[in-house]
Amino acid sequence: MVTDSLYRETILDHFRNPRNKGTLDPADFSYEDVNPLCGDEIRIDVRTDGERVTDVRFSGRGCAISQAAASILMELVEGRPLDEVKAISREDLLEELGVPISPARMKCAMLGLKVLKAGIYGVPPADDSL
Amino acid sequence: MVSSVTEKTRDWLKIRDDFPILNSVDARGQRLAFLDSAASSQKPESVIAAVDCYYRETNANIHRGVYDLSERATAQYEAARHMVADFVNAASAREIVFVRNTTEAINLVAQTWGRRNIAAGDLIVVTTMDHHSNLVPWQLLADEKGARIEAVRITDDGRLDMSHLGELLAMGPQLVAFPHVSNSLGTINPAAEIVRMAHDAGAVTVVDGAQSVPHMPVDVRELDTDFLAFSGHKMLGPMGSGALYGKLALLEDMPPFMGGGGMIRKVSIERSTFADVPARFEAGTPSVADAVGLGAAVEYLQQIGMAEVGEHEHNLTQLAVERLQGIPELRLYGPEKPGLRGGTLSFTLGDIHPHDVAAILNEENVAVRAGHHCCQPLMDRLGLVATTRASFYVYNDEDDVDRLVSGLRRAQAIFAA
Repeated sequence: MVTDSLYRETILDHFRNPRNKGTLDPADFSYEDVNPLCGDEIRIDVRTDGERVTDVRFSGRGCAISQAAASILMELVEGRPLDEVKAISREDLLEELGVPISPARMKCAMLGLKVLKAGIYGVPPADDSL
Repeated sequence: MVSSVTEKTRDWLKIRDDFPILNSVDARGQRLAFLDSAASSQKPESVIAAVDCYYRETNANIHRGVYDLSERATAQYEAARHMVADFVNAASAREIVFVRNTTEAINLVAQTWGRRNIAAGDLIVVTTMDHHSNLVPWQLLADEKGARIEAVRITDDGRLDMSHLGELLAMGPQLVAFPHVSNSLGTINPAAEIVRMAHDAGAVTVVDGAQSVPHMPVDVRELDTDFLAFSGHKMLGPMGSGALYGKLALLEDMPPFMGGGGMIRKVSIERSTFADVPARFEAGTPSVADAVGLGAAVEYLQQIGMAEVGEHEHNLTQLAVERLQGIPELRLYGPEKPGLRGGTLSFTLGDIHPHDVAAILNEENVAVRAGHHCCQPLMDRLGLVATTRASFYVYNDEDDVDRLVSGLRRAQAIFAA
């Protein structure tokens, strides 16, 4: 049996029972993007009180890695100050995921974070700047 | 049925030993089950040795060298051309142009024959199941010339809708481009019949042979196609090797592809005249070692026999179809009738994303491809984002099929709620 599987229980749990799945209407900002490799789609809606993320939802579909990573990201940002959210790095999210992400799947894992940052800054970041 | 396949695969097991990479194991000691030959094949020892030997003993730039090495390199390069010509039964080796891959071969036709012969308002017919490499070059040409493109529809089980083809041909297209075998669905199209229909309608034909030439006997004179494009790297040859077959009369009437050394007759500052075919289409130093390696690949395949290669893959595909159909929620795409399908199987597994399926198979050291397979219009037609694709070649055996099936069952177990 494989012990270092990408599909560990945390990933599968978030994939099956995604946290904060849905949409917010109205939202203070919304953004969506796709990952052409897998055809993953993610949209993120955020409400803030000007300082903190008060409410956040994601919606979309795609591979288990993209969807689980977006769900994990939701837990990471809800209630947090915006400047801390802006500072979340690729490494931070990889640490939360806790599974080895190969270069081929990095775009899947980072799609949610890319969408979130694009929403916050109003422009999509380059893939390698996350 | 199954036992007869087992009997037959016994001899084929030896073939696997000719491929060094297939004897590799992953970190957990699992041997590689390579099921992605439709993307690129593995290479036998004889091909690797031919490339190695070329660089050790023969390497020099070809043509016009008066020293022995250059003459030997030229002779080997041209010998490889003859072998490839013989392999597809071309009437003359001059009908074979060496290119890097199928994509380059098709672009060559689009940029030479196409730019000279396609005009505003002309019609180019492609199919819904074409690889992007047999679609985008025609789009670029159509955009430049103001020509139109129409695609032959497919049936739900992934065959060309021949009556729709008839309707499109009645519109008088200048060109009909189609895949001999679909790289996504494995569909074997009735190429000779399509070529005959296209010719009757006055159209020139371009057959994408990337998935047929490596896997079955292909005879250009029997097909009667005007052009046939194929990749050497998908037929046991080196990466960067491929060929375009074209009927001599058409090739001779075509302007050059790229300009440079090797493709000229006489050059002044103002203008140039061009070399005879096929040199006219091979500007610059060619990839001689890769051509020599392709010759070795042809030799290897001919020793097995292409009819035998086709039969082996057919048997393996039948076995795989039977076993895959035993997996609940697995849906196979493409023709159900066995004779209409090459050794490529595209499927989905319940609602598990194909990239997750492929990633789990990878954990079992089973290499498959997942995605749109450079066939986005086809995926749209089937209402899919992606499929998982397993493809077979000479070195695959029943064990590879078993590994695929058990990997898929593991994927289902992991994703079971």
